[in-house]
Parts: sequence; C-alpha cells; structure tokens
Amino acid sequence: MDQGSAAGTGGTFISLSDTEQRCYSGLYALCQPDSSGKLAAGKVAELFRASQLPAETLHQVTEVCGAKRLGYFGCGQFYVALKLMAAAQVGLPVRLESVAGELPLPVFVGIMNELEMRYPNHPSTNESQPHILGSLTGSAPRPPADRPVLRHPDTSMDKQEAWSPPRSPGISPPRSPSAYRSYPYGAQRNGTDTLLAHDGNVPGRLSVPQENSSPSHYSLKLQSEHPVITCVASVERLVERAEIDYSDEPWRITEEQREYYTNQFRSLQPDLNALIMGTVAKNFFTKSKLPIPELSHIWELSDVDKDGALTFPEFCTAFHLIVARKNGYPLPETLPATLRPGFVEPGVVTVPPSEATEPLIVFDDKMMPGANQLEMGSVDLQMTSRPGVTAKQDTRDESRKPEFSPKRIPDPHEKPIQRVSTLKPDSPQELDANMKSRTRPRSYSSTSIDDAMKKVEEPPTPPPRPQKTHSRASSLDLNKLFQQSGQGSRPSQHSLSAKSGWLPPPPALPPRPPATQIFSFLPGSEKSSQKAVQQPNFADFSKFREEQESSVRGGLSTEDLAPPKSDSTLRHQGHAPQKPVRRKLHPESESATPPSATPYSAATLTKSTQRPPPKQKREIQMAIRKNRETNAVLTRLNSELQQQLKVVHRERVTLESQLELLRPVAST
Amino acid sequence: MFHYTVHTSLDVVEEKISGVGKALADQRELYLGLLYPTEDYKVYGYVTNSKVKFVIVVDSSNTSLRDNEIRSMFRKLHNSFTDVMCNPFYNPGDPIQSKAFDSIVSTMMVQAC
Repeated sequence: MDQGSAAGTGGTFISLSDTEQRCYSGLYALCQPDSSGKLAAGKVAELFRASQLPAETLHQVTEVCGAKRLGYFGCGQFYVALKLMAAAQVGLPVRLESVAGELPLPVFVGIMNELEMRYPNHPSTNESQPHILGSLTGSAPRPPADRPVLRHPDTSMDKQEAWSPPRSPGISPPRSPSAYRSYPYGAQRNGTDTLLAHDGNVPGRLSVPQENSSPSHYSLKLQSEHPVITCVASVERLVERAEIDYSDEPWRITEEQREYYTNQFRSLQPDLNALIMGTVAKNFFTKSKLPIPELSHIWELSDVDKDGALTFPEFCTAFHLIVARKNGYPLPETLPATLRPGFVEPGVVTVPPSEATEPLIVFDDKMMPGANQLEMGSVDLQMTSRPGVTAKQDTRDESRKPEFSPKRIPDPHEKPIQRVSTLKPDSPQELDANMKSRTRPRSYSSTSIDDAMKKVEEPPTPPPRPQKTHSRASSLDLNKLFQQSGQGSRPSQHSLSAKSGWLPPPPALPPRPPATQIFSFLPGSEKSSQKAVQQPNFADFSKFREEQESSVRGGLSTEDLAPPKSDSTLRHQGHAPQKPVRRKLHPESESATPPSATPYSAATLTKSTQRPPPKQKREIQMAIRKNRETNAVLTRLNSELQQQLKVVHRERVTLESQLELLRPVAST
Repeated sequence: MFHYTVHTSLDVVEEKISGVGKALADQRELYLGLLYPTEDYKVYGYVTNSKVKFVIVVDSSNTSLRDNEIRSMFRKLHNSFTDVMCNPFYNPGDPIQSKAFDSIVSTMMVQAC
C-alpha cells in the first residue's frame, strides 16, 4: 500500500497529511481490500454514500480518481477519491487541482465513529475530527438532524417507503434510506460515547432513547425484513447481525446474502463462472411464488447482457430483487447501481462472454471433425437447395456419411474452425473433391442426395437408347422398323435370326450374298456412323421386307445368289465366307441375320465393286427409294411431334395466363 | 380501429413471403417495405426469420418519413423484441408487458412524429 503517493491515477501526486493518511488507511482497511489491493466495491459504495454527497458528485469523484476507468478502486484511486470527497464536502469542485491543497478530512457519517473507535490513541485525530465535524455543519449534521424526526416514523414503520419522500431532496431515494438507515444503526452500534460525541455537534438527538429502543426495533425489523445497512459495521458487527438480512432498500447485497446466493447458485450450477440457463432460472425463481409478471420484470432488470441466461452477478441481482420483492419493497424501474453486475463486483471479471463461448467452443470443436460434414452440408445445400445448414444437419450428415470423416479430416486440419458462411466460398473449391468423394460412398449411403446423384448420373446413359425408339410414334411401322433396326444393329444378330418375321439383318451386312454386294456397299460407305448404318439397314430391311412381301425375294435372292455363285470361282476367299453365309442366309432368308457384319462387309466390299453395275444401279435405286420412304415416314413423325409440341405450348400458355389471373394484384 | 388495417396487411405480408419459393429463408429480405397504401395511411411490413411479423402504420400526411428511417425503426423493434423473447418468463404469444420494450417503442414513435 503506497500511502505516500496517494494518487496512482494519471501520475498525479497528492500529498497526504498524517491525519489524512491515518484516516485514509483506516478507511481503506474498512473497505476490505483483497489481496491485490482492490477494494470491495460494495464497501466503497457504502462509504461514498455515507459521505452524503449527491450522486453526481460521487460519479464525478469516481471518474476523476480513475476508478471508473480502471473498473475498481485500488489504493491510489481510493485515496484520491477520499480527497475529492473531502473537497466536495467543503464545496470545492471535484477536480484534481482542488485536492492539491490542504483539505479537511472527508466526513463519512457513521463511519467516523468507526474511525474514532479504531484510533483512540490519536487524540489529535479525535479532537480534530469532531472539530472538523463541527465546522461542517452544513452538510453532515443536517441530515442527522432529521434523523431523530425520522427515527420515530422509521421505528414505527416497517416499510421504509416513508423514508424515501422526505429524503428525496437530499439524495437519490434508493440511497438515502440506506444511508439514513445506516446512520442510526451504525451510530447505535458504535456505542453511546461516540454517538454522543457526534451529537455534541448536532442539535439534540434522541439517540439514547432511540438506542434503547433500537435494539428491540432492530430485532423487530430484522424479523420484519428490515434492511440492515452494514456500511459502518465491521466484520464483527456483521457476525452480530448473523440473521439473514434482506437489504432491500439500499439495494445492496451483504456478505451473508452473497454467500447465500453463492450457495444457491452452486445448487443450480456448480461452476461459479458458468451461466444458469433461462429455463433453469425460471423454475428456480418460480418457486419464490412471485407473480410471473414481476418475475419477468426482475429478469429484465437482472439480465444485463440480454442473453437469456444468468451469470453469477446477474443471478445475485435477480435473487436480491426477488428477496426484496418478497419483503415487500417495490421493484425499481431501472437496476440500481449497486445491483449492477459491473459495479457491485468490479474486481470480478464477468466471464459471461467467455462462458458464452464455451458452448460455442464445444460446438466448434464438434465442428472441427464435423467441418467436413458442414462442407458436405453446404455442398448438399448447393446440390439439393436445402435450407441452411444446421447442427442437426451436420449431425445428420455425420450419421449418414461416417465414411466421409476419414476423407474429410485432412480438410479440417488445413482450415481452422469455420462457420457455414465461410465454408460456402470454400465449398465450390471443394465441390469437385466432394463430388468425387461423394460418388464413392454413394453406394452405401442411402440418402436422397445420393439418390439425386444417382439420378443425375443415370439419365445421361439412357438417352442414347431412347433416341432409337420413338415411343410416341404413332406409326407402328416405324416402331417395328426401328426395333428391327435397333436390334439389328446390336451384335445380337443371331438371336434375331431366330425370330420369325424378322427381315434379314440389319447391319448391312449382307445376310445374303447378293445383298452383300449392295448392302456391303452401302454399309461400307456409311460404316462410320451407326445411324447411317441404320438407314441403310432400314433401307435394307424395308427392301427386304418388300422383297418378302412382294415375294420377289425369292427371285431376288436367287438373283442375288446367282452372281455370287458365278463369282465364287473368281474370289475364293470372298466366297468362302460368303458361301457359308449364303447358306445360312438362304434358309434364313426370311429371318436372316448377317453373320459378322464388318468383316463380311469388308470382305464383300471388294466384291461389290466387281458386281455388275446394272444390278448395283438397281439396288441403289431401290435403296434410294427406300431412303425416300424412310424420309417420308420420318417427316411424318416429325410433323406429328411438332403438332404435339404446339399443343403442349398452347396448354402452357393457357396455364400461365391462368396463373397470372389467379395471382393477386400486388402493389409496391 | 387500426386492427382492421393491420389484419388486411397481414395478407399482403403472407403473399410476399410465400411468393419467393426458390430463395431460402435466410436469403429473403427481412424488410418488406410499403405493403399497402391507402388514402389515409401507409403500412410497412417486416418479417423475422421465425415468421414473426411487424407492421407499422404511418399516417400518409407524414411524408417526411424516409425508407431508411422505417428500416431503422424495424431494426430497433426487432432488437427489443429479441430482448423480450430472451426472458424465460415471457411466453411467446402473450402480450408484451416489458417496460423496456414499451419505452423503446414510445421513444421511437415520438421520434417519428
């Protein structure tokens, strides 16, 4: 404790006289400094109030001395504050300059008795103090003068509301009763000698009779929820007033009360630094049987940070207010300064922010391994346009894709804890990775996303198939035609051959040797495109069918067969494959299947060139005709589809117009 | 007497929030703007993410009120409403009896007028 340099704030150095030093050290000790030299704010507040300075002055003092800035009263701040209060009591403005000079000691009514008690060895002090007290008749004695008047009504009345009105002009109502309350009790407790010493300066106080009655009244009041101010009392006095005191009016929490509240807090929440959840607190406070609106009001007052939960100071405040209310005191409209968590315990760093982050931290920890799932979740969002990612979704994703976690672990490690908002920009980057990784587990995770993914991947494959078949085609011929062609193009030609009614095989490949000449020519020229092959196939088929229908086929076949036969001698190699083919085809002339199309066509390609031109020409012309017919059929199909498209368009337009009509007129 | 107006404006609010089907809830604008002008007054709407609707009815003669002021009013309303909701003793649906809320609303209205 540096008593020499009283002012630790702002580097100003204020000298203290011996008396001042003694007094201040006494007051300092009175205010229960803790190990680091900070003073208990409650005690300091009591002391300040005992100085009987107006609230604004006290605020100024707190500000100037630096305690407001620091948040607590250290030794230096306290001394400066004391000097400032002395200056204020003398009438000087609350400034550091005013305390530079010699000032009388600040007067704390009710506390000076304590000091006198403590320092009986300093007669000089005692002499000076009463002297000083005598000189300060303006401020200090006046309120005490009213005390005798008020004591009667006070003692007679349990409620202290009567105190407030008469006191309001002097000091703020919540404080005045407290201060005034303190005086009688403090004075009473201090003993009659000091009281009389006080009274020596003050016009007749009915202290003695009051004192006699006061203990009884005191006990009475204790029972009747009397607010006991312990501002003057030392720790021993506190012990004397061992009963639970409900200090409502001063809105100050005593040590006993604080211990009681602490125990209650512990019963709800073992950790003093943690929060009590709103519902827990609600159940607890409902037990007090106060009406819900009042509880609601108390909550509003005490939950300063508006987080729906109570920290330990908030809890004390709320409990205190409930106690006050139960004792009959009206609830204040705003939270009294002493009950504010920040003021009452300036030394205690309120840890709601850190505690509030604890659950968040837990969540974030969960998010670390679950960050991947969050990414997954965000990807899911993008994929399936679901509503925002929530923890539930994360857990759901987690449960759905546990196999993802090993893959995802590298990602979270790279990144710190991320929120969904930050993940979203990352998700596009990882979208590919997600996609790739997602495709893998899709097989064993049955989720809609996977189904969607599957569906997304499925469609691409089918299209080629349907393109070959036109289900909407009204012409059966075409269907049959396409089926034939489609199936014909497949290598499953052997199976086709077994079917009856099948015309000779598609792939151009010349089931028939004669046909081979032409068909091989055609497919040979259009071998590159499958569709093109189809067309010649169509042509082939149609040609075949026509031949079949026209029963010219036999002639044709014979005709076709004839040339190969004639050429068989010429091209032994070509014939070799042809002959067996021919044999196959011949019996299968009605349902022919071209054996190996491509090699056959390649083999026959050479032959085709050697075929007699007239037959080739005829075949070409036939093919052309067939192509034209196919074209006609296709155009017919096209027109039909166009008509259907138009119909659908019309329907869509009508629906849209109906929708527009149904939509209500919206202004803005 | 304003209840009728407010009830009719609720339909407009519903229509506005249900119209945007493709956008997600958090993409949707909370401030709905001028809902419904009549000859006497203008109605402004605001909806929270929990579908709690705030409706402000302003006299049409008061042309000095700008859109930004209305927005700030809604923001203050929203903040004080969340404070009220934080109170565990408050059951959603009850009439709000919070004095802090009332004071904020009154000061806001005084400022507007």
